[in-house]
Amino acid sequence: MQVILKIISYIGLALTVVPSFLVFSGTIEPELHKTLMLAGALSWFLTAPFWMNKQKQAKASIE
Amino acid sequence: MKTSLAKQLDSINEYEREPVPEHKLKGLKSFIGMYAGEHTAGTEFVIGPLFVVHGVSAPDLFLGLLVGNLLAILSWAILCAPIAVKVRLTLYYQLEKICGRYLVSGYNIVNALMFCFLAGSMIAVAATAVGIPFNIAMPGLDDMYPTSVGWMATVFLVGAVITVVAILGYEQISKFANICAPWMILVFIAAAFAVMPQLGITSFGSFWEVAQTRIWNGVPVEGFSKFTFWHVTFFAWFANMAMHIGMGDLSILRYARKWQYGFASTTGMFIGHVMAWIASGVLVAAASGEVTPGPIAFNSAGIAGAICVMIAGWTTANPTIYRAGLAIQSIVPNVKRWKVTLLVGLVTTVAALFPALVMRLLDFVALYGLVLMPMGAIIFIDFYIIPKLGLRSNYASMVKSPFNAAAAITWVATLLLCLFLNFYQGIEIFFLGLPGWFIAATLYIVLSKLYQKKVTQPLEVKVSASSF
Repeated sequence: MQVILKIISYIGLALTVVPSFLVFSGTIEPELHKTLMLAGALSWFLTAPFWMNKQKQAKASIE
Repeated sequence: MKTSLAKQLDSINEYEREPVPEHKLKGLKSFIGMYAGEHTAGTEFVIGPLFVVHGVSAPDLFLGLLVGNLLAILSWAILCAPIAVKVRLTLYYQLEKICGRYLVSGYNIVNALMFCFLAGSMIAVAATAVGIPFNIAMPGLDDMYPTSVGWMATVFLVGAVITVVAILGYEQISKFANICAPWMILVFIAAAFAVMPQLGITSFGSFWEVAQTRIWNGVPVEGFSKFTFWHVTFFAWFANMAMHIGMGDLSILRYARKWQYGFASTTGMFIGHVMAWIASGVLVAAASGEVTPGPIAFNSAGIAGAICVMIAGWTTANPTIYRAGLAIQSIVPNVKRWKVTLLVGLVTTVAALFPALVMRLLDFVALYGLVLMPMGAIIFIDFYIIPKLGLRSNYASMVKSPFNAAAAITWVATLLLCLFLNFYQGIEIFFLGLPGWFIAATLYIVLSKLYQKKVTQPLEVKVSASSF
């Protein structure tokens, strides 16, 4: 389950930054980039809290 | 339910008056996330435009940011972190041992108020973003007083969320910053890249030419002074003077396993400050001089950009309210930290209602760093130099005095001398930190020699008399 959440999180980060490079290169329009960035933000914040801090807690308990 | 929540909050131990125990120390990643989050902040959306407005040239900006931020990192790693990991105490408890309870109480009130105003400005920056997608009437940066009910409601909502996270302690702040940091950094990068074609930057090769002619063209806006390489360098170095030279981050770095974790500030300085200040400069140029944080982020990155400004404000305000809570708690140690932080959060939120706080941010940040800096110099000298001179470190604690006059005179005299240099010699406030540190260090050594001799002499006589 965590692997799936992580994949969605990283897709969220990719959706945040990659579209801007496509605007820079003239491949997509700025409006589409803004929509994709919002989708990226939602993907990140809906999934990252479930694995980022849990991973740290597990590491701390091992230590 | 109410009792249970209060008990839970009372049980959060942040080691305000004891060294952090070994099992509570944190790894490097905690500090990397904390620094990256804290310094990729709402203020960057104000500071970046400032360089454009003040007409700094592109070479001066890039070189100044490189040198200034390197000096800031070294200040954290060499001045602050080694003391933090040796004593593992909060700034306030360490100062109490050196300066005595009365002096630290006065210092802490000033300090906490400044932290409240700083956090308040961050709440205001965050609120300028919150209102955009909902069409809430927000004040402009030129407004001094609250302008609408919608603005006030937004500020109170943002302030409430930030205060609750700060009440839950360092663990919660660290978790929050860790989640936000990677995304925020990418939003800054993405927003800048997306508007580059509007400025005529269509390849990496064309960036430098456009940067010099259309973004940082070296011409200040009318009514603003011209910034040079030295302004950028000292601004970058001393923007967080209160945290490194002023030793504010003793409270954070006391959790570090090793002093080398002070270098974790690299993420804050280079990914945060350098990248964010450059990115926000690009955004301002693309927005034809518009400098309000919310709108420039919204124009370039849509709702995600507005969310970024809001979160960037949160991740700075959170540790600042936490620090203010610690400052007040050291004055009233018997009151639980969460109750103190709740009060601090309320004061901060009320301050955030006034947009003037954002407009005066740069002057305020400079003043706040300068006010706290002499105490950082006192801690440094007390830790490294005082024992080598045959004098006593932690003097107030050693002689059980509530007031160390040497420290008090050092603090006040340094600030007066800095004010003199500012008013009568025309030295700008951001350049005063360096001479100010040496003034404070010298004064504290000289005054400690005089004061400790004067105070310890009667003690020694008393001891020798009783021994007969």
